[in-house]
Amino acid sequence: MKKIFGILGLLIAVCLVTASLSDSFLSAYNVENVLRRSALFGILSIGVAFVIITGGIDLSLGSVVCLVGCALPWLLTVQHWPVPLALLAVVALSLGIGLFHGLLITKLRIQPFIVTLCGLLLYRGIARGFTADQTVGFGNEFKSLRLLATGKVPFFPGFDLPAPLLFLAVVAILAAVFLNRTIYGRYLLALGRNPQAATYSGISTQRMTILAYVVSSGLAGLGGVLFVLDVNSAQPVDFGSFYELYAIAAAVLGGCSLRGGEGSIVGVLVGAALMQVLRNMITLVTTRNNVEFAIIGAVILLGVVADELTRRIAAKRRAAQVLQGATAA
Amino acid sequence: MSSPILEARAICKSFAGVRALKGVSLAVHPGEVLAVIGENGAGKSTLMKILAGVQAPDTGDLLVDGVGRSIRSVQEALSLGIALIHQELNLAETLDVGANIFLGREPHRWGWIDAGRVSREARAVLGQVGLLVDPGTLVSTLTIGQQQLVEIAKALSVKARVLIMDEPTSSLSDHETQVLLRLIRELRAKGVAIIYISHRLGEVHGIADRVEVLRDGENAGHLSRSEISHAAMVKLMVGRELSQFYPHQTHPSGEVALEVRGLRTAAYPAHAVSFEIRAGEVVGMAGLVGAGRSELLQALFGVVPALAGTVRVAGVPVIAASPRDAMAAGLALVPEDRKHDGLFLEMGVRENLSIATLHRDQRVGFLNRTKERDLCAEMIPAMRIKTPNTEQPVQFLSGGNQQKVVIGKWLATRPRVFLLDEPTRGVDIGAKQEIYRLMEELAAKGVAVLFVSSDLEEILGMSDRVLVLHEGRLNGELSRSELSEEAVMRLATGGNHSTAVAAS
Ligand SMILES: Nc1ncnc2c1ncn2[C@@H]1O[C@H](COP(=O)(O)OP(=O)(O)OP(=O)(O)O)[C@@H](O)[C@H]1O
Ligand SMILES: [Mg+2]
Repeated sequence: MKKIFGILGLLIAVCLVTASLSDSFLSAYNVENVLRRSALFGILSIGVAFVIITGGIDLSLGSVVCLVGCALPWLLTVQHWPVPLALLAVVALSLGIGLFHGLLITKLRIQPFIVTLCGLLLYRGIARGFTADQTVGFGNEFKSLRLLATGKVPFFPGFDLPAPLLFLAVVAILAAVFLNRTIYGRYLLALGRNPQAATYSGISTQRMTILAYVVSSGLAGLGGVLFVLDVNSAQPVDFGSFYELYAIAAAVLGGCSLRGGEGSIVGVLVGAALMQVLRNMITLVTTRNNVEFAIIGAVILLGVVADELTRRIAAKRRAAQVLQGATAA
Repeated sequence: MSSPILEARAICKSFAGVRALKGVSLAVHPGEVLAVIGENGAGKSTLMKILAGVQAPDTGDLLVDGVGRSIRSVQEALSLGIALIHQELNLAETLDVGANIFLGREPHRWGWIDAGRVSREARAVLGQVGLLVDPGTLVSTLTIGQQQLVEIAKALSVKARVLIMDEPTSSLSDHETQVLLRLIRELRAKGVAIIYISHRLGEVHGIADRVEVLRDGENAGHLSRSEISHAAMVKLMVGRELSQFYPHQTHPSGEVALEVRGLRTAAYPAHAVSFEIRAGEVVGMAGLVGAGRSELLQALFGVVPALAGTVRVAGVPVIAASPRDAMAAGLALVPEDRKHDGLFLEMGVRENLSIATLHRDQRVGFLNRTKERDLCAEMIPAMRIKTPNTEQPVQFLSGGNQQKVVIGKWLATRPRVFLLDEPTRGVDIGAKQEIYRLMEELAAKGVAVLFVSSDLEEILGMSDRVLVLHEGRLNGELSRSELSEEAVMRLATGGNHSTAVAAS
C-alpha cells in the first residue's frame, strides 16, 4: 500500500498542473473521456501485471488488441456472423493466444520475451492480412452493442460514468481478490519470487504460468473489443500499436517489479490513470503531439527514480530510529 | 604475542528493526586461527562483512596493522589483504569454475583474458582445496559442497593476509573438511591470520588458537587455547549448559513406511538403490560429497525424474512426477540449498511457513488466513525462530533461522515420511538440538525420518540405522550396534561391510 503513495502523488500533481494550464481539463466531457481511456488501458494493464508478477513479460497485447479489434467488426459486417457467435469467437481467440504463449514458455521453455515479441509481429500481420489493410468498422450499425463501450451510467446530475469503467471495476475487483485472497494468487507471487522453491513447495508452476498468460491475452481481448466498440472502426496498420508499452509502463509505475513477485492491482490502476492523464495533458496543453513520447518517457523515469529515492530515505530513517531507540534504552 | 594485524573496536551496526552488533571488539594476529562462534543471529556474519568491506559499520573503528582505516568496499579490503568467504554461496552459476575464481581480477594482456594462466592458476588452488574438477566446468553443474570448495579456492587465489571463513564447512563432508583443516594449518604456518566461523564445535576445538564468543550482538567472552572445550564454548554461547546433546532413543518401529526398489537416478544411472524405512525409525544417510545422496532424495520427492524403480509409501505405490505428487503421498523434503530451493527470500516468515500447506488449508481456493496465523503462532515459538515479527522478509534472518523456517514449513504438512537433506546446515547448537528433538518427536509419532548429513557426529548421534552411499551405490548399512566413525568412513570411501565393521 505504502508503495503507491508516490505514484498517487504524481498522478495528483499532474492533474493539478494540467487543470491550472487548461480550463477544459476539468470539463465533464474531458473528465469522462479520460476516465474512459483510463478504464480501457487499466484493463490491459491488469492483464500484463499478471504476467509481470510471474517474472515474465507480454509484448503481444497491442497486437492482440488489433487482431480482436479488427476481427470483431470483420466477422459482424463482412462475414455477417451473429453477435453472440462473433463475441464468442474473439474471446476464444484471445484465450487461445494466451494458452499458446503459455505452452511455448512452459513446455518448450522459450523465453517470454521472444514468444510474445513474435506474437506482436504475428497477430498484427494476421489482422492486416484478412482485412487487406482496409479499415474495418461498424458504420451506423450495432449501436446497442457499441453501448458496451460508449454507454454512460448516470452518476450524478450533469456527470455520467463511462461504461468501460464498470468493466474495469469488475476486472479489478476480481483480480485483486484473486491475487490477495486466493491460494493461487499467492502461488503466482511465490512463483515470481523463486520458481525453484515454488516447485519444491508443490506448486504446479507450469499451470500458474500458463494461467498468467491466458489472463493477459484474455484481458487484451476484452480491451480490444471495448476499444473497437468505442472508436467504431479499426485500422489494422496502427490499431492498438504501442498499447503494450503503455500497459507495461502502467504496471511498472504501479509497483510491479520486472523481476517478478511484486505488484498490486490498485497501483496498476493508478499507473494506468497516470499514463492517460499525461497523454490528455499533452493534447490539451501543447499543440504539438509529436513530443508525447518524450514527455511520457520522462515522467515514467521520474516516477521510478522518485520511488527508488523515497524507498532509500525511508530505509535510512528506519535504521536511524533503531539506533536512537538503542541509545535511549 | 605480535600486534594484531586486524582489529575491530566497538563496532555497532543496525538494520531496519534489528540491532545486529552492539559494540563488538575483536582482534586477530598473524599466524593464528581465531574462531568466532555464537548462536544463529548473534551477529557473526555481520561483523565479518564489516571487516571485509561488504557493509559499513554505523559506529566503531577498524585498524589494520595498528592504523585506523575505513574499509569502504570489498576492493579496498582486498587491497589491504583481507578476503572473506561468505556464508552463502556467491558464485556466478553460468560461468565456469576458472572464471569464478578470477572474477573481477582476470589476468589479462591488452584486455584479453589470459585463459592459459586462468586455467593453470585455477588448477593450482583447486588442488590445494582438494577439488579435482576441470576449471572449465560450469559452476551450476557442481554440488553445493563442490561450490563451497570453489569459494574457498577463490579466496585462496587472492593470497590474503587475513582470511575470513564464514561457515566454510557447513556443506562439506568429513573428508573435505579434513582437507580444509589441513590447508588452514598450512596457511597459519605461513603467517596468515584466519578468522574461522563454524557451528561444528568439534572442528573449532581441533583448529582454533583462540575462541571469541558473540551473543546477541555483544562479546560474550573468549577462550584461550588451553581453555577451549566443548562445554566451555556451549556455556558462553548459550549462557547455560546443554545436557545430553543427542536426544536419540530407539522407538519400536512399525510397518514399512517407505520402500524403495531399484531406484536409479540420472546422476548414477548404473546403480540401482533399494532400501526400506519403517515408521518410527530415524535413518541417517552418509557418504562423501557427490555420492548421490541429494539426488536420491530429490528423485524420491519428484524434483528430478527417477530413471527406474518403484517407491511405495505405506505400501501404496507412488509415482512422484512432481513434488506435488510426492506431497500428496505423504512425503516432505527439506532441501539442501535453502536459498535456492527452500525459501522465498523477499517474502515474509508467515508466507514462507504457510506456502506448502495453503493447498490443504484452502477454503474453496481462498486463503485460510486464520489457519495461516495459527501456523505462525505455533511454529515460530516451537522452532524458536528469531524474527522481529511474522512479516519480516526471510532474507533478513540469520542463516540458522532461515533453516528453521524451511523445516517449519515442511513440518506443517504433517508428512508420513520426512526427508531432510543436511537439516542442521548452518544451525547453531541450541537450534540443532531442537531440530534433533523434533526428529525424535516425529519418529515417536510414527513418522519415518530419513536424513542426509555430512556431519558424522550427527549421523552417529541420531540414527537408528545408517545407509552409506559410495559413488551412487548403496555400499552398506550399519545398525546402531555396528555404528562407529571408522565404519561409516570406510563404507563411504568404498570399503566393504565386513572389514568396515571389523575394523572398528
Ligand atoms: N540486511 C539485513 N537486514 C536486516 N536484518 C539483518 C540483515 N543482516 C542481518 N540481519 C540481522 O542481524 C542479526 C545478526 O545476523 P548475522 O547474519 O550476523 O548472524 P550470524 O551470527 O551470522 O548467524 P548464523 O549463525 O545464523 O549465520 C540477525 O538478527 C539478522 O536477522
Ligand atoms: Mg552467519
